[in-house]
Amino acid sequence: MLRVAFHAELNRLQADVAQLGMMVKTAIRKAVVALQDRNLDAAREVLADDQLINDKRFRLEHDILVLIATQQPLASDLRNLAAMLEIITELERMGDYGKGISKINLMLGQQYLIKPLVDIPKMADIALDMLASSLEAFAALDVEAAKRIPLMDDQVDELYNQVYRDLIERVIKNPDHMEQANMLMWVAHNLERAGDRAVNICERIIFVVEGRMTEFDAGHAAQPPSGSN
Amino acid sequence: MVTHDPASEALSALQHPVKIRTENVNLFYGDVHALKDVTIDVPLHAVTVFFGPAGGGKTTMLRLINRLNDLVDNIRMSGHIWVDGDDIYAPGTQVAALRRRIGMVFALPLPLPGTIRSNVVYGPKLAGIRQASRLDELVESSLRQAALWDEVKDRLDTPANQLSGGQQQRLCIARSLALEPEILLLDEPTSGLDPVSTAKVEASLLELKKRYTIIIVPHNVQQGARIADYAGFFLMGELIEKGDGREVFNRPQNSHTEDYVTGRFG
Repeated sequence: MLRVAFHAELNRLQADVAQLGMMVKTAIRKAVVALQDRNLDAAREVLADDQLINDKRFRLEHDILVLIATQQPLASDLRNLAAMLEIITELERMGDYGKGISKINLMLGQQYLIKPLVDIPKMADIALDMLASSLEAFAALDVEAAKRIPLMDDQVDELYNQVYRDLIERVIKNPDHMEQANMLMWVAHNLERAGDRAVNICERIIFVVEGRMTEFDAGHAAQPPSGSN
Repeated sequence: MVTHDPASEALSALQHPVKIRTENVNLFYGDVHALKDVTIDVPLHAVTVFFGPAGGGKTTMLRLINRLNDLVDNIRMSGHIWVDGDDIYAPGTQVAALRRRIGMVFALPLPLPGTIRSNVVYGPKLAGIRQASRLDELVESSLRQAALWDEVKDRLDTPANQLSGGQQQRLCIARSLALEPEILLLDEPTSGLDPVSTAKVEASLLELKKRYTIIIVPHNVQQGARIADYAGFFLMGELIEKGDGREVFNRPQNSHTEDYVTGRFG
């Protein structure tokens, strides 16, 4: 039985997942730039736009479930749709990281930053590169790329550890910086998790193609602030 | 990097003993090469699914196991089919006795003229069973196994053609079971049935496999995926892929199988 309409809808959903990914990428980029620039209006826009990301995620989830229910796909098609359900959840949570960074920006308000933001934008660059690459790999079902992208996560983790050490040093020198250091640590933590979620997307790509779940090493990032003394 | 593969860790029907073995079976209808070197082991007490596009050879293979092609003209076969180690095409094979061991149910339910009861006891009576209590026993046990008993127990003497399509098909299954076969061959047994009747037939198959070896040609790949312990994909007379049902339908190794189960051709 040829399933032309089914495969057209599958392709449409795949394109929509990529579009959701781009919205998330834009949100995180904008949140980090707004933090660097101390642009509170831009931070508010990221907060408002998060609703669009959430709406698109739930609309996609609905459409994927309808397609599964009405077409009863099998084999790689079923794995593809199951992977999409996972990936849109990852993307929506990544969108929340953009929102979280924007909230921190607003909490900092008019404060000057205790340090110039160097490593945090670098973390964002790499994590967002991982996100964009993983979305491309998903569109092409490129297993080799999906196995390569997670290697980039080590750089994100290393930068995260660097930010951690740097902020600890500043707090030791000046305990008044404790509160802002804690907030910046959360920004770094959000970006570190964004990298991890891009890795999760890669795991799902391998699952679609090979039918086996592969877990990459979770990395070597330091504990988030709440877990450190 | 850690890999999880729960599908291949699951118990496989391949661990069952072999009930039917075909070896290099070839079949020609005149010049048409309908089956090409088909070799497959059908496991005991499991549901084996033969699937694939029309004209692929799955029904032909099913009919060979029951020697139903014996009376077809202009046919030529080579290779072997063993049931419990006996070559069913060996000279001297008692075909009637073989067919008693191997029941067959077709796509269209064809109840015999007569009552529900007479449909079920027809075969056993032909086989020489006369004792009324034994026949009553067979009627109840066969209808129960076919998941029809509760719906017809109070009207066994009404005409079978008054039953719904789904009930008629289950009656045909009961009629096969009344001969207490070892193997059930089902050729698209639910193709004309509504979803509720289909679900009942599928549920009864899952019960029946505890006692019978079942080979079924499903009416679509989704049905095959639901019920297959073991599966074989037939394409243009060739058995392209065979293996554990979950694997063949969910993670086929052959690209033709993958294309067929995902509806990219067929």
